[in-house]
Amino acid sequence: MTTTPTTDPIILAEGLTKTFGSGAGRFRRRRTTDGDFTAVDGIDLRIAPGELVGYIGPNGAGKSTTIKMLTGILTPTSGLLRVAGFEPQRDRVRLARRIGVVFGQRTTLWWDLPLKDSFTLLQRLYRIPPARFAENLAYYTAALDLGEFLDRPVRRLSLGQRMRGDITAALLHDPAVVYLDEPTIGLDVVSKHAVREFLSDLNQRTGTTILLTTHDIADIERLCSRVVAIDHGRVTYDGSIGDLRADRDLETVVRELYLGRSLVDTTE
Amino acid sequence: MRVYLTAVRLSLRRYLAYRSSAAAGTFTNTVFGCIRAFVLMALWKQKPEIGGWDLADAVTYAFLTQGLLAPMGVFMTSTELGPRIRTGDVAVDLYRPVDFQTWWLSLDLGRALGGGLLRTVPPVLFGVLLFPVRLPLNPLRWAEFAVCCALGYLIGFGLRYLASLATFWTMDERGMNSILVALGMFCSGLIIPLSVVPGALGTVLLHTPWAGIMQMPINVLLGTQSGGFGYALAFGAFWAVLLLAAGRMLTDVARHKVVVQGG
Amino acid sequence: MADTNTEPDDRPLWGPAAYLLLVRIWMRAASQYRVSLLLTTIAQLFTTCLDLIAILVIYSHVRTIAGFTLPETLYLYGTTRLAFAVSDALASGVENLATMIRLGNFDLVLIRPVSSLAQVLADQFTPKRFGKLAAPILTLGWAIDALPLHWTAARAAVAIGTVVCGFVLYCALWVLTGCISFIAVDAQEVANSFTYGSENATEYPLSIFGRPLGLALTFVLPVAFVTWQPSLYVLGHADPFGLPEFLRFASPAAAAVLCGLAALAWRTCIRHYRSTGS
Repeated sequence: MTTTPTTDPIILAEGLTKTFGSGAGRFRRRRTTDGDFTAVDGIDLRIAPGELVGYIGPNGAGKSTTIKMLTGILTPTSGLLRVAGFEPQRDRVRLARRIGVVFGQRTTLWWDLPLKDSFTLLQRLYRIPPARFAENLAYYTAALDLGEFLDRPVRRLSLGQRMRGDITAALLHDPAVVYLDEPTIGLDVVSKHAVREFLSDLNQRTGTTILLTTHDIADIERLCSRVVAIDHGRVTYDGSIGDLRADRDLETVVRELYLGRSLVDTTE
Repeated sequence: MRVYLTAVRLSLRRYLAYRSSAAAGTFTNTVFGCIRAFVLMALWKQKPEIGGWDLADAVTYAFLTQGLLAPMGVFMTSTELGPRIRTGDVAVDLYRPVDFQTWWLSLDLGRALGGGLLRTVPPVLFGVLLFPVRLPLNPLRWAEFAVCCALGYLIGFGLRYLASLATFWTMDERGMNSILVALGMFCSGLIIPLSVVPGALGTVLLHTPWAGIMQMPINVLLGTQSGGFGYALAFGAFWAVLLLAAGRMLTDVARHKVVVQGG
Repeated sequence: MADTNTEPDDRPLWGPAAYLLLVRIWMRAASQYRVSLLLTTIAQLFTTCLDLIAILVIYSHVRTIAGFTLPETLYLYGTTRLAFAVSDALASGVENLATMIRLGNFDLVLIRPVSSLAQVLADQFTPKRFGKLAAPILTLGWAIDALPLHWTAARAAVAIGTVVCGFVLYCALWVLTGCISFIAVDAQEVANSFTYGSENATEYPLSIFGRPLGLALTFVLPVAFVTWQPSLYVLGHADPFGLPEFLRFASPAAAAVLCGLAALAWRTCIRHYRSTGS
């Protein structure tokens, strides 16, 4: 059962489609074997402000492509897309101040600079008022325990430290929406737990909308009240965790989703 | 022996995989070949004979140097050896049961062959078709040219190898590289044919090892090398042997340094 | 708390301001490697002298090339080299675009609330690039001194305008040709042959290329406006191609056109950006 938010959605997608033509693909070393490749095929999405949504699906399902369209990196081929009232690709620069992005696989920070210099740079780039910036930095330094490595160049941080730095970097400007792309990947159990608690607290305390891409069942279980599953570019499930698992355990259900077996209330 | 041949083959195969990047490089070579050809033509139109060359020789030179650029590696240093020394990965290489210098020579040779296969003919062909390039038909000349090119390649490798080894002591090869590349570009006659450089400077330039990389082989091909093939052969062999021997000595010193310092 | 943007100034950081900010940061990072920087600057100095030495060598054999004397050619060389060196210092960050795209770091550029072009141009900025300025400045100084010209205000204005417009033309060329990395990520060298090639080609009187190519370099790829056309006026030379007088002063127009094309190309490439990997 798809829950329809009653307030204006902060993320709105209707018939969102992204097709990669093979024209330019000819020049690239990675050849596209079929002619045109449709990564995202007409998905509808309505996310209300303050929701914490899990976005799951097997590799190649279209998750990254969706996130890239939401953040303005890619231009949709067709369909409607609005984030915080902006059209992401067209209003990229203005939207960027309202969103934060955390990539699990790579850092958004400047490699050679001490962590705190990265933050200062971000303050200037995002035009964060100095008082607000100081307040936020103090808060996140305490909450994520950054104190001991603020002076260290990012290239010399451990994965866990870097991830905490990346999360801070994404939040310093008080974004309305935060996208996290596999934030707990590669972290040890303790760090994963810490990140999860932090995100849950963030969402409850500030009402920041969070869209979380993950393969980690525990992430979903702990954080997400709502799950959107995508496969072959189409939404295969969009609803609450409770409805999803019914009386089965979450892992079984997710595995079924990944294998593409349709559930009772979805259409293919 | 087989190990080295395998290294050559693998290196060659890897180079050939980057065809589009080689194509881009060939485009650049052709463009610069044209520019240099026009400049030299403007000069030779004013003065039809310089340094024993006529206009056709000069234009041929312009395109041949561009064609040989890739295999001779004038624009590069052993790009893999330097960084490996910096990161310390080279310690692994030093303990391999192969001769260090020969190993790197094999890898570089593969790359050079790839460069020769993909990037030498197009600029020269372009010159032949659209410019007064004049190549000899005498097969003996071409054989002599090939031998001189082989020696020229070894000289080039010898120079680059020594420069890369210097990283063991300077620990940062980038500054060193830039100077060597700049020097190499000029002294190998890429910017202007060495035989055109007047006076004492010209004489000096004709006797540096760089002169043997491209200038001398091309002179042999054009039949304008003073002293002929014999002189070129002796010159090339002398410098090749000297530089490679120096490389071997320096390798031993470096290996000793690594062992003593623990990498 | 998450949604408040209570500051009255909601405008994003202005492109050039972002550029300067990033340049400062890169300079600071580069200052960690002082020795290497020094060596590379010296190497840059040396490299820029090479083309100059080539010109001197050529003129050691003849008095004129294509009807131009040594001071005149050095004037051409100095103006184009200077314009190019400044543009190289400020805009050659675009050479790193291919690597950025290949590593997926261009995505990171696009999620920042500042101009993507500003970020790319500032990328890997190092002060070593300024090493390329010394040779052309000195050469230009010598050439102007050696030229048997009477320097009127108009002449001086056009001379200065030559370098300024040349700089803008080259910057536009850097951006326009840099866009090739969006299409074929291995093709950076093709772009280089247009930027470095243009510079190389304009060091000499354009007439050495013959009429068809010379006209192409005027109307198709307008590098003739970097120094050749305005310099015909400054040096008091007749146009070997016989082109109309007004073109001597058309550099600003050429620069504007090329800038427009560059901006259009950049925007179009961003819109069609594909992004590699996940």
